[in-house]
Amino acid sequence: MAKHVLLIEDEPNIIEAIRFILTRDGWQVSAHSDGADAVAAIRGARPDVVVLDVMLPGRSGFEVLQELRADPGLAALPVLMLTAKGQERDREQAARLGATRFMTKPFANTEILDAVRALGPA
Amino acid sequence: MPRQALAGSRIRERRTADGLRQVDLARLVGISASYLNLIEHNRRNVGAALLRKIAEALKVDPAALTEGAGAALLAGLREAATAADGASAAASSPAAPGAPELDRIEEFVGRFPGWAGLLAGLQGRVGHLERSVEMLSDRLAHDPTLSAALHDILSAVTALRSTAAILAEEGEIEPEWRARFHANLEDESVRLAEGAEALVSYLDTPRTREQGVVSPQEAFEGWLEARGYHLAECEGAAPPDPEALAPELPAAARRLVAAYARRYSTDAAALPMPALLAALADLGPDPGRLAERFGLPLPLVFRRLAALPPGGGAGAGTGASAGTGGELAEPGRIGLVACDGSGALIFRKPAEGFVLPRFGPGCSLWPLYQALARPVTPIRTPIEMSGRGQRRFLGYAYCQPAYPGGFDTPPVVEAWMLILPDDGPATAPAQAVGASCRICARAACPARREPSILGDGG
Repeated sequence: MAKHVLLIEDEPNIIEAIRFILTRDGWQVSAHSDGADAVAAIRGARPDVVVLDVMLPGRSGFEVLQELRADPGLAALPVLMLTAKGQERDREQAARLGATRFMTKPFANTEILDAVRALGPA
Repeated sequence: MPRQALAGSRIRERRTADGLRQVDLARLVGISASYLNLIEHNRRNVGAALLRKIAEALKVDPAALTEGAGAALLAGLREAATAADGASAAASSPAAPGAPELDRIEEFVGRFPGWAGLLAGLQGRVGHLERSVEMLSDRLAHDPTLSAALHDILSAVTALRSTAAILAEEGEIEPEWRARFHANLEDESVRLAEGAEALVSYLDTPRTREQGVVSPQEAFEGWLEARGYHLAECEGAAPPDPEALAPELPAAARRLVAAYARRYSTDAAALPMPALLAALADLGPDPGRLAERFGLPLPLVFRRLAALPPGGGAGAGTGASAGTGGELAEPGRIGLVACDGSGALIFRKPAEGFVLPRFGPGCSLWPLYQALARPVTPIRTPIEMSGRGQRRFLGYAYCQPAYPGGFDTPPVVEAWMLILPDDGPATAPAQAVGASCRICARAACPARREPSILGDGG
C-alpha cells in the first residue's frame, strides 16, 4: 500500500505542484483546503504524513496543530508545517505547538520531497 | 527656590505698556531703580509682598505677573533638555556642548524670549515627528492590508517556483499535466503581477491626510481648543450631524470629534446650560453639590462645567454673577482631564498654570489616578503644581466603570478630573503634584516613575 500524505493547503496551484511531485515519488496524495474541519479530515484520512499550511481559511494551522497534539491518537502524527519566509515568530510558535518539521514558502521541490520522505514510514 | 517664571519680563511688559518709567515704578513700590532693573531682567526673584505691591502699582492681578503662557514654554524647554540628555547619552559627540543650564532656564526665557519660543516650538515638532515615525512603523508591522498583500505575493511565488521547477527538471511529463502546469504558470504570473502592482500603489499613495505629523487625538484636541471647548451648536434641541462638524480634519480625528459631539449633545440635553448657570450662581462651582441638585453623574457635571460658554453665558440671560459662571468661564480657568483604564489620557483641557504633559500619562499623584484606583468614590484634593508655588487648584475626580457588553464582560473604565482654581485662603495642605515625572522637580517623590531632569529629583 502506498504511503499516504494529506496536504492541508488552500492554494490550488501549490496543491497541484506538490501533488505532482509526491505522486511521482510513489505517494498517495490527498488535499484538504479548509482549516475549520481540517482535524476531522485528518482523522478520516489517517495519513502517514500531514503537510500543514499556517495561513488557512476558517482556522489557522496553529490551532489545527494544537488540536492534533491534544488528541492521543494523533499526537505522534508527523506534521510538516509550511510557514512564510521571514516569519520567525510563526516558526517558533509552530515548534512550541509540536510541529515535527518546518519549511518556509517559497521552497524548492527537492526540499519538500526530502522533508516528506524523512517524515514518512521507513 | 520659588520658580517665578518670567515675573520680571511681565513686570517690564506691563510697565512699558502703562508708559511708566522704571524710576517711577521703583519709587511707587519703595525699591531702587537698579534693583527693579535686575528684577525686570529676571536676575532677581521677587518676593510675594513686593510682587503684590508692584501688581497694585500696575493695577493687575499678581497672578497675571507670575503665571500664564510661561508655564507651557518652560515645560517645553525642560522637555527639550531631557530629549537632548537622552540623545547625547546615546551618541556623545566629541564636540558636544555642556548640558543645558536648567537652573538658569528662567533667565534664558526672560532674556531671549524669541529663541526660547523657537526652541520649545522645535521640541514640540520633534515630539510630533517621533510619534509619527512610531505610528508608521506600527503600521508596517500590523497593517492588515500589507500583510494580506504580502501573503498573496508569497503564495503566487511559491506556486510559480514549484511549477516552473517541475517543468524544467522533471523530464518526461504527460502532455495533459504539462498543459495544466503551463496554465497554472500563466495564472500565477498574472496574479503576481497584479499583487505587485497593488502593493506598489498601496505604498506609493500619499496618506498624509490620514497619517500626518499629528495623531488623530492631537488633531481632535487642537480643534476643541480652537472652539474654546464649547460647542454652541450642540447645546440646542436639534444638534447637527456630529459626523459633519469638522470636515477639515482627517477621518480618524473626525471620528473622535463625532464621538465627543454625541456625548456633548447628550450631556447638554441632560443639563442645559441656562440651568447650569443658574445653579452655579446659586451653589457655586462645587460639582458635588451641582450633581446632587440635578441628580446627574459627576463626570457629566464635570464635562458641562468645562464647556461653559466664553463670557459665562452672557447670552443666556440668567444673570449669573461675575463671581461664578462669568469668571470661571474665562479661558483657561477650568481644566478637565480624563483617562481610560490604562491611565492613558483620552481628554485634556488644560487650566492656566496646570501643565498637562504633551504625551503619555500624567503625574500619578493626580486625584485622577486616585479615582482610577478607587472607582465610584468621589475624590476631592487640593493640589499644587510643584515648582510653581503660588498656584493652588482643587482636583475633583470620579471614576465610573461601564459594562457596555453586559454581564460577564470586562468593564470599560473612565476616570475624570475637574481642575478648578483654588484662590481662597488655604484650608488644608495641598498635595504637591507635577505634570509628568521627566519635567517635575519634586524631590523624593514616592510615586516617581522615571528620573527627573531637574537635578536630583529623587
